[in-house]
Amino acid sequence: MSAPGFTNLGSSVSYSQNSTPNGGAAPPYQNGPAQTYPSMYPPTSYYGAPPQQQSYPTIPAHSTSVPSKAPITNSAHSANYYQNNHQPQQQQQHHHPAQHHVAPSPYSAPPRSAPPSQPYATLPSSAPPPSNTQYNQQPFQQQHPPYATPGSYYGQQSYHAPPAQHPPQQQQQQQQQSSLVPAPASGPGAPLYPIVSYPSAPGSSQYGTLSSSQSTSTSGVMPLHMGAPLHQYSTSQPASTTPVQPGYGVAPPSQMAPTVNGQGSTAQTTVHQHYDQSHQAPQSYDSYGRVTHSAGGADADRPPSGTPSTSVHSSPGHHQGMQYGYVANSGASSASAATSGPAAAPSSSSSDDDDDEEEEDEEAGGDTSSSTTGSASPVPNSYDSLEGGSYPDSMPPSNDMTNQAQPYGSYGYPNMQPAYRQGPASHADASPTHDLYGQASYQQYSQPFPNLSQLSAALGGLSGVPELEVEALRPVNLLQERNLLPPRPLEAPEPNLTPDLKKVNCSPQTFRCTLTSIPQTQALLNKARLPLGLLLHPFRDLQQLPVITSNTIVRCRSCRTYINPFVTFLDQRRWKCNLCYRVNDVPDEFMYNPVTRSYGEPHKRPEVQNSTVEFIASSDYMLRPPQPAVYLFVLDVSHNAVEAGYLKYFCESLLENLDKLPGDTRTRVGFLTFDSTIHFYNLQEGLSQPQMLVVSDIDDVFIPSHDSLMVNLKESKELVKDLLTSLPAMFSQSRETHSALGPALQAAFKLMSPTGGRVTVFQTQLPTLGAGKLQSREDPNQRSSTKGVQHLGPATDFYKKLALDCSGQQIGVDLFLLSSQYADLASLACISKYSAGSVFYYPSFHYIHNPAQLEKFQKDLERYLTRKIGFEAVMRIRCTKGLSIHTFHGNFFVRSTDLLSLANVNPDSAFAVQMSIEDSLADSSLACFQAALLYTSNKGKRRIRVHTLCLPVVNQLSDVYAGADVQAITCLLANMAIDRSISSNLSDARDALVNAVVDLVTAYKSNVSNLQQSGLVVPASMRLFPLYILALLKQKALRTGTSTRLDERVFAMCEFKTQPLQQLMRMVHPDLYRMDNMSDQGALHLNDTVVPQPHLLHLSAERLSRDGAFLMDCGNVFYLWIGKCCNEMFIRDVLGCPNYASVPPNMGSMQSPRATNKNPHVKPQSHIPELETPLSERVRAFLDWLQDNRAFSSTIHVVKDDASAKATFFQHLVEDRSESALSYHEFLQHVQLQMSK
Amino acid sequence: MAFTFAAFCYMLALLLTAALIFFAIWHIIAFDELKTDYKNPIDQCNTLNPTVEKVKKIKRVKIALKLVLPEYLIHFFFCVMFFCAAEWLTLCLNLPLLAYHVWRYMSRPVMSCPGLYDPTTIMNADILAYCQKEGWCKLAFYLLSFFYYLYGYGFIFTSCSSALRINDSHRALVFYLRMSNM
Repeated sequence: MSAPGFTNLGSSVSYSQNSTPNGGAAPPYQNGPAQTYPSMYPPTSYYGAPPQQQSYPTIPAHSTSVPSKAPITNSAHSANYYQNNHQPQQQQQHHHPAQHHVAPSPYSAPPRSAPPSQPYATLPSSAPPPSNTQYNQQPFQQQHPPYATPGSYYGQQSYHAPPAQHPPQQQQQQQQQSSLVPAPASGPGAPLYPIVSYPSAPGSSQYGTLSSSQSTSTSGVMPLHMGAPLHQYSTSQPASTTPVQPGYGVAPPSQMAPTVNGQGSTAQTTVHQHYDQSHQAPQSYDSYGRVTHSAGGADADRPPSGTPSTSVHSSPGHHQGMQYGYVANSGASSASAATSGPAAAPSSSSSDDDDDEEEEDEEAGGDTSSSTTGSASPVPNSYDSLEGGSYPDSMPPSNDMTNQAQPYGSYGYPNMQPAYRQGPASHADASPTHDLYGQASYQQYSQPFPNLSQLSAALGGLSGVPELEVEALRPVNLLQERNLLPPRPLEAPEPNLTPDLKKVNCSPQTFRCTLTSIPQTQALLNKARLPLGLLLHPFRDLQQLPVITSNTIVRCRSCRTYINPFVTFLDQRRWKCNLCYRVNDVPDEFMYNPVTRSYGEPHKRPEVQNSTVEFIASSDYMLRPPQPAVYLFVLDVSHNAVEAGYLKYFCESLLENLDKLPGDTRTRVGFLTFDSTIHFYNLQEGLSQPQMLVVSDIDDVFIPSHDSLMVNLKESKELVKDLLTSLPAMFSQSRETHSALGPALQAAFKLMSPTGGRVTVFQTQLPTLGAGKLQSREDPNQRSSTKGVQHLGPATDFYKKLALDCSGQQIGVDLFLLSSQYADLASLACISKYSAGSVFYYPSFHYIHNPAQLEKFQKDLERYLTRKIGFEAVMRIRCTKGLSIHTFHGNFFVRSTDLLSLANVNPDSAFAVQMSIEDSLADSSLACFQAALLYTSNKGKRRIRVHTLCLPVVNQLSDVYAGADVQAITCLLANMAIDRSISSNLSDARDALVNAVVDLVTAYKSNVSNLQQSGLVVPASMRLFPLYILALLKQKALRTGTSTRLDERVFAMCEFKTQPLQQLMRMVHPDLYRMDNMSDQGALHLNDTVVPQPHLLHLSAERLSRDGAFLMDCGNVFYLWIGKCCNEMFIRDVLGCPNYASVPPNMGSMQSPRATNKNPHVKPQSHIPELETPLSERVRAFLDWLQDNRAFSSTIHVVKDDASAKATFFQHLVEDRSESALSYHEFLQHVQLQMSK
Repeated sequence: MAFTFAAFCYMLALLLTAALIFFAIWHIIAFDELKTDYKNPIDQCNTLNPTVEKVKKIKRVKIALKLVLPEYLIHFFFCVMFFCAAEWLTLCLNLPLLAYHVWRYMSRPVMSCPGLYDPTTIMNADILAYCQKEGWCKLAFYLLSFFYYLYGYGFIFTSCSSALRINDSHRALVFYLRMSNM
């Protein structure tokens, strides 16, 4: 994954240097740089982990501890990272020895006490019209054509422009800040500034630049940054000499922007381009914007002194490092800081040896930093976070972290940057290195993308934010306007906050609220007729994540809120909680900023600079010592299972991924098979071959042996491999048709109780024996009934009770149901639902007859086995006083009104929360939500991931509508409808959905819209609402009248509850593109590939034409529909068939999943043949780009116009009338009718 | 002695209602604890570690939730008693609650054991609020019926034993009032 990004970046940008050092592996990193820092960050900073996922946790002891663990790939990455990081550091050190105050690590230390300006402190009030400022900046960028061109590298040119403008802006900002900020803070900061300039500055500068571009306010920073960047760039990019460019990721962005957006402001576009290169420009933009803003604040602080520039100059790498560091700051803070900057750019030139040296340096720096911290403050905050994860396995991340840390400290950019990093990271994903990590890493990377896309949207908005708000309120008459879809997938609306807050706010991918403007009272909320709720994806793979190790985790004394960017510092020693408004003391330890190695600027700490951070928790947060990762596989081997043939593929997949299972040297595995009896496997080390122990007493299951069934994976690996190799053959002759799933689960529970862990259950039929046996409840004749559907709830509470027992013992159960018959998923799913597991369902699975399902199964399994995992988790959601949590949706057990118990937490499941307003929020202009996820990483570290979201409170109905997030609302309503259909019945749920539309239109008409228009008038922000609701009503989960198997319906409901928003929206309302005439207009330039950006089409058959080819993106599957008269060139160039008639009927799914896997660096993402034609390359580039942000890779099906598969394609055209459902127009008329009643 | 079967029923109902009041109060407390659990700052994040106090509290809540069936049975029991004693008015007053109990138990979630509350949905704000409201309503009902039974007992006692002087019935009233205060 990373590789592509890198390469691209490298090519386009000057980053090439980075790439060179790394070599193959390096590319990702390089890419990272290219992408701008983001890529770099991810690895270094705490997140670094994300790519390597688990690396951080294990890593605790920096390099020493975990090296072995990391897969080869990891090491490669790490190496790259290191190189980058190290090099930068070295370079920086060399260049700017003088500058570095801190003896050990030049950069890290940047002693500067912090710039006074505290973003938070200023908060909203200060917020100058952010949007405007941003816009202004954009013009600038636009003016600079060069930026636009990716090749030139943004950088320089764009930067130049900014500097001039920026200075004034900076001043303004500074002034604003100063005024806003409490006196105390500013005071100390000022003196420090000069110091600040250091090395870190470069990195920050980059950020700053970015931000500056987006927001004028930050501009002040720009100049300094520019200087820094220039250095970097100069080194990296011969072409662009200007210092400014390098520093700023911004410059690059400008380039990107043009290409990508086309739409937004040029400046933004540039930024975007970087992202775009990586993947989704838009989201990245947003993140940038925010980041930059925040950074800007920090930058502003710096600008005053010329020194910063010098530092920057010294090492280009520094710049990058700074940037990184910024990211890193959290973890790396102290140690990393020194190393940070340089790594990226310089590294390219430096050889491996250099890298090594750098590594050493980093380590040294780290040590020093830690020591410094210790000395500085009695209570050392060791931001060792980096170490924890990064060093051992994923060295690179750690380095990055360190690097990042420095910049961070110096600038305080960290918050925003992480997001950026993510963007880059995603780019990086493309790079080959990812392959090493395996899909998991890939996916992780990919996730960032969505952000990018969102960002892009936001970016578009950036320039015209004010306009956006106006636009959001524009009344839209649905009966008259037919083209409602935006050209690109919809982005999350931006909350109307000050730029400072926007910069640090949580990514909409992680944390999204249905109303980005919170109504002041419940009465106002009721008036708006919109649901208030949150959509959370708390454990998603992040590209960058500040990891903080600190002796004391600063929390509010009364509500236990973690300190976050939205608290107010009353003075140096006190802060006011933003949730309960209690005034707390700032602990001594917190006064010391390990990033900058300065004392007395608590507002510069990474916790206060990032809305998403991760803490390494102390033993206070442990109930028992962290348990190892324990995996138990429970396999159905009855006759039915043998027939379906899944066992062979499971064993193959597990064999392949055995080394990639998240965990450390303590990892334990076990196997258990069952038909009418239960078979245990003794894998004790020392045995010559696995021993099977059969327990036939299923009424009273006992464990035949207590210590040899769950074995250490490392010690018994050979036996495990033996078992996996022989397992498929062992049962090939099985004639046993019964399935004793219940007793098998009980056995699994007993086996796992002492440690907790993950149980993976494969089941192929209805359980027929022992406890928990089920009867078939489905009446096939009722499948298409319009009257309501029976049996959506469980038939027995056996599975629920067992799940609760499991949850209590910290056991998560994941269910893979591969059944061709009814298997009562409604009952079986309970085992996963309440133990925080996940459910996978493959209807009609058969290894020969259903290759599409087999392929999906294999892909899912690979992701499943290698994805990150957290054990013994709990998640608490806190919100501002006055708000309260109403209901949770997702897979978990609710332990308390705001506490979820998650035995396992995985990066692919999301949660929804309904909120209510209990007390008026009138005494506050901001509402905050904080989700804290406490978990044990697979390396046995206790960690807390904290996300904080801040939203404005409004008292006008029109503002509420302007801030409505139609996608989030749709998803929340879907969750509520699922609940309703289970607790009441399906038709109730459907009526409730229709009523939601009717209520909205009525409420808007009577309260806001002054126009006495006839017809359906809704605010523009909600213009897609009726369409989405109609699409919901046509989903498998909620449709009536169309034949739907009960299990498939129940599975669709499970997915609604657990899928993250982006994925869910694609399932509900797929994206349709025309593929045969894609132009380069508005295309993204990622690295060296061009990703065309075709426009979204309405889901209606009238948008299709026989002479075209259309791609429908349904989230987990792509359909490529080929019209009868489709251009033969397209068929030939893309599908490799001479003409339409020769296209095989089920192409795509027929091909081997590994057919395209010749190149180890390129993951087989699509099954379109790899042809060397420009058209094919473009189509594949687009498909890969779409896939890049998904956890589970999608399969692609080629659908011919005359094929029987056509029906599956056309059922997704939700705007058309189907046999039993209304067309969009009819639906609107129906709503109108309801209104007049 | 005019201690009729009806009077016995009233006396029994009086005692049992006192128990029901106790149940209702426990019920209310249990749900309140459930709801306000998060306000306890002590058990911050590490709720994984159930402290002794917490375990105690959980037990208390569990016991309270298990009292549902006894409560229903007790109420059903003295309804039958009133039926046998042909106290039609009293029975009519109790019928709505009896019907509610039957309905409530019929519509309980799928469970293999007796019980009414599903631990996985109990924290849903709607259900929690409903249960709390139910607790208060029942408390009010039981309190009212307690005094009604007291009055009914006294009434029957006096009407059945006209030989008794008013003072005696007063004495009985006082006696039972004392009892109720215990």
